[in-house]
Amino acid sequence: MSQLADLAAGIASGAIRVVDLTHTLDPDFPVIILPPEFGQCARFRMEEISAYDHRGPAWKWHNISMSEHTGTHFDAPSHWISGKDVPNGAVDEIAPEQFVGPVVVIDCSAGASNNDDFELTPEVIQVWEAEHGQIPADAWVLMRTDWSKRRGEAYLNMADDGPHSPGPTPAAMRLLVEERNIRGFGTETVGTDAGQGMHYTPPYPAHFILHGAGKLGLQCLTNLDQLPTTGAVLMAAPLKIKNGTGSPLRVMALVEGDA
Amino acid sequence: MTNPLSPPPKKNPQIRSVVPTQPLEIRSRAAVGLTACAAEGRFALQTCAECGAVQYPPRDACCNCLGVELPWRDITPYGGLLAETTVQTSVNSYFRERAPWRMGSVKLDAGPTVLCHLHGDIEPRARVKLINRLDKAGQGVIMALPMERTPNMEDDPILRAISCDPKHRRVLITDGRNPNAPALVKALKDAGATMIFVGESESWRPNPNRSQMADAEILPLDVTDTASVKELAGEIGGKADILINNARFIRPGGALARGDTGWARDEMEVNYLGLMRLAQAFGPGMCARTADGVNSAAAWVNILSVNALANDPSFGTFCASQAAALSLSQSLRGEFRASGLRVMNVFTGPTEDEWHQPLPPPKVMPAGLARSVVQGLRDGLEDVYCGDIAKEVAARHAENPKVLERELTMGGQG
Repeated sequence: MSQLADLAAGIASGAIRVVDLTHTLDPDFPVIILPPEFGQCARFRMEEISAYDHRGPAWKWHNISMSEHTGTHFDAPSHWISGKDVPNGAVDEIAPEQFVGPVVVIDCSAGASNNDDFELTPEVIQVWEAEHGQIPADAWVLMRTDWSKRRGEAYLNMADDGPHSPGPTPAAMRLLVEERNIRGFGTETVGTDAGQGMHYTPPYPAHFILHGAGKLGLQCLTNLDQLPTTGAVLMAAPLKIKNGTGSPLRVMALVEGDA
Repeated sequence: MTNPLSPPPKKNPQIRSVVPTQPLEIRSRAAVGLTACAAEGRFALQTCAECGAVQYPPRDACCNCLGVELPWRDITPYGGLLAETTVQTSVNSYFRERAPWRMGSVKLDAGPTVLCHLHGDIEPRARVKLINRLDKAGQGVIMALPMERTPNMEDDPILRAISCDPKHRRVLITDGRNPNAPALVKALKDAGATMIFVGESESWRPNPNRSQMADAEILPLDVTDTASVKELAGEIGGKADILINNARFIRPGGALARGDTGWARDEMEVNYLGLMRLAQAFGPGMCARTADGVNSAAAWVNILSVNALANDPSFGTFCASQAAALSLSQSLRGEFRASGLRVMNVFTGPTEDEWHQPLPPPKVMPAGLARSVVQGLRDGLEDVYCGDIAKEVAARHAENPKVLERELTMGGQG
């Protein structure tokens, strides 16, 4: 059989599982909150056009609206000022091969369970690599924190000094991008950066370093606890929006066996 | 004294809710002037510009000199009761359902003798104070009250019928994040509202107001989300006797301030389309319950900027959304008219909040706004101007809207 036929047969038999890493697009799902004088991320909204009624007798459909960065979403390099001049930096320009690829998961859930500001540091990555081997080039790296299991105010975890949620340090991002040459970085939190990421140098290091190097971002992921540490394949294709800086999308992983 | 209203019993689910009926709506064009004054709670009558004679009933030519210039002027509202009768039945369903109904003739100190509704506590041949109010048909009617306050006087059935008193009613305040929400809750509680529901958007964000609204039930509501509005209407639409729409999105600046339509869109989503979503979800149910006993649906309240009347370019896009909301409120008046559900617009000047922080006083404080809302409901008004700036802008608008427009759009030399 061909490799693709094997793949299809594996999915059909259950030997390869498809894990959905996507939150439902819900009007009440949190979005990033910026100071009120800045432009804001639009929430997901859905308006009925017709529902088998006088507005359209045999069909139901909706108009939907949202930001490029609402819900489980993809960040293209052009999202950040550091990536504004990266070639092919918009979602419609990225080569489609980039949307399917290997993924590794760094489990930070234990640390994040007792420290809302848990940092992914080079040391954490080195400990991970000592056990699982070096992070392969051109892989997606997902930071598991189990943050997706939080609900309500606990998700943004907003305090008077801003949100508190785990994320990577600048040194960790430089290690992943400059030394490991990863494809992209993904999190369960509302952004790829820590809630307090604005206080690092550079501010928002995940955004700044990833996108400056033409790398990709994923955030608001869920079900990372269903992924193996290594060996899964991630499928994350954003909508083909002309000059788009990101897109809500369905993120899925192919997982072999019972991992 | 008036018998105090008892808190209404729980509704008997086996009995059909009373269908709203109305007093007569038809008036001459001249008589609608009385309605216009009643909408603001003013006691005014036509006064001849030539001879000064005060006119009643409204007419097209002076009863004294046949002059045709008869502007409405505020009149001293006192007089003496001449004669009275109590109507025991009527061919009009509205009055038949509410009989007996006390009426009388009052000789005004200002001259004319008027026919009016009588409060139950007025003694024969007593001195009285007249008020001009909107009836359930939304037309101006005159009612005589005792000169001094009497116990429970607001519970008089005729007075209750021409007010939207919050006492014993259930209120929905749509935006628990607005800085004015705690003051509205307190004022309505103090006014005797039995239940106060407060909508709160985005429960995933902290709401510093929440701890100050212990007297309210806080429920999820986001006026920009149709599904959320429909869901709350499904749950409590049958209990919303008074709806106060205080949801507001405001950012400074006119059309050129930012070069995009982002905030203008948010302003329209909250201030205009939010009102429409609320009306579509809550309006029909409220209209069906305007005759539903002591806690019948009574009023729909919009809190608007007075610059809905004339744009202030320093908040230009916001004012445009307020003008849209004002226009929609007029449509709602027409759409609610047959039910008797009152639409009351409370116009404010700059409010005491973060978006008006650099502006000098006077600013409308939350407690002052809440007082205006409650007083407007008690008086059954359609148009309330809260604070000196709102009153001033409204007066200038009434005098000459073009002059006001020019004054508000100075080029930096003003």
